[in-house]
Amino acid sequence: MAALERKVIPIGPFHPLQEEAEYFKLTVEGEKVVGLDIQLGYMHRGHEKICEGKTYDQIPFVVERICGICSTSHPFACVQAIEDAAGIEIPPRAAYIRTIVGELERIHSHLLWVGLAGHFLGYNTVWMWAWKYRESVLEISELITGNRNHYAMFKPGGVRRDIEGGMIPPLLQVLDDADKKILMLTKAVLDDPVLHKRLEGVGVLTPEMAVEYSVVGPTARASGLAIDVRKDDPHAAYDWIEWEEIVLHEGDVFAKAKVRLLECLESTKIIRQCVQKLKDLPEGEIDAHMERGPDGEGIGRYEAPRGEVFHYVKGDGSLYPSRYKIRAPSSMNIKSNEVAVLGGSVADAAITLAAVDPCYCCTERIAAFNTKGKLLYTWDDLVKLSQEKTARMGGGS
Amino acid sequence: MLKKLKKAALARSLWIYHVAASPCNNCDIEILDLLTPRFDVERFGLLLAASPRHADLLLVTGMVNKKVLDRVLRVYAQIPKPCVVAAVGSCAISGDLFVDSYNFAGPLDKHIPVDVYIGGCPPKPEAMILGVMRAIEKLKKLKDL
Repeated sequence: MAALERKVIPIGPFHPLQEEAEYFKLTVEGEKVVGLDIQLGYMHRGHEKICEGKTYDQIPFVVERICGICSTSHPFACVQAIEDAAGIEIPPRAAYIRTIVGELERIHSHLLWVGLAGHFLGYNTVWMWAWKYRESVLEISELITGNRNHYAMFKPGGVRRDIEGGMIPPLLQVLDDADKKILMLTKAVLDDPVLHKRLEGVGVLTPEMAVEYSVVGPTARASGLAIDVRKDDPHAAYDWIEWEEIVLHEGDVFAKAKVRLLECLESTKIIRQCVQKLKDLPEGEIDAHMERGPDGEGIGRYEAPRGEVFHYVKGDGSLYPSRYKIRAPSSMNIKSNEVAVLGGSVADAAITLAAVDPCYCCTERIAAFNTKGKLLYTWDDLVKLSQEKTARMGGGS
Repeated sequence: MLKKLKKAALARSLWIYHVAASPCNNCDIEILDLLTPRFDVERFGLLLAASPRHADLLLVTGMVNKKVLDRVLRVYAQIPKPCVVAAVGSCAISGDLFVDSYNFAGPLDKHIPVDVYIGGCPPKPEAMILGVMRAIEKLKKLKDL
């Protein structure tokens, strides 16, 4: 057979498929994807530098706006970093409230992904369903925090608002409903023969590759790596309650979807236990006041819906930090696309690229933003990767 | 007669093109939220268009940064005129807390004419629906179609 001509399909920077601006260059031979070039940098806003000009009380608001979907994960890691540097213990009630808000965010973020994945596959019903159920979670967040996203709940030393007694019955009601709907969605996804065919064995990330690319979050947990900051380095209320870490071994898109859906159910479990514990704690004790800026370094980690968020802060005793550093989960996960997408068909590329739940807003803090996109791999590397993959599958040459 | 028809056609069913010009994703997700069952803007005939060449309404979110600015201008140039441009969220309107950022290219209305400002961080979906309604009113009032 004559060799097929190599063609490049540009996806982006503005593409109807994607929410955010990013640029993928898919190289194809006929239907088969043989190369992927990722160019980022359309979302760079300079958060770290802005943080250095804000006081410790203001920084949670800045890092909250790194990403609208993980808008609790970043402040979560941020306040932990500041508390670590300042050596503050937060009151237990604040820890439970933080956990509740964090898990509410996880539910809505995972449902959002499930909906978008359905949309990419042509199952618009799944999109509409998942987003309809997500809406009730957003509403309860609005009731508790005052906003649908960007909750502004966290401050160094505690939380800004208390969860009052009157908020608990509607919260439990929403959890009950969400449980039912997520179970229904999970069953619908797991029983659908077309989805099995479409997602099983697609975009496989082997455990070795997962380690190689240092992927985190559901992407890693779907490839058999049991990594979860909530278990490995427990903070807030995570080690005071019972919950399970979901780990699957297939590594394909189907496993990634399953991990996310099952995690939603774990999240409702966590929130229920936290609410139960809140009842025994006196209302109003939510803030251990931070008197002055920390002098020294601190780190904070949190398991965002997409993986581990890492914040580092260095203070010099003044009101402002002298250095602020952020690492978001997608910066590792996106690169794993390079192996996941190779060798598949163009039709599978969209769902594979989306399977890591990439969040470019989170990621783009690299300094080389103005070089018009950095080439992550040369063409030869990609060809090599592609051939390796073919060889792994028992074909090639 | 033709003018009337054109006007009716344009204002009846707006096709939206959405540009994420370095946002935090939140406005974008809320825009998608508009299309889902709770808010369902399709009842007004609004549809997300896949290409700027099919669009009547341009929604721009985020603080426009230096890298994305060139692309935003190009997308704007591709939209058939007359069109309506809406700046969604505080970032697109003023830069919000990114005013101090070294990568900020200035508020959106410095670069392209903006017709509707939808404030908020993020604007509530209700506010976005109101903004889009204002955009439709504005199109109806246009004399020189």
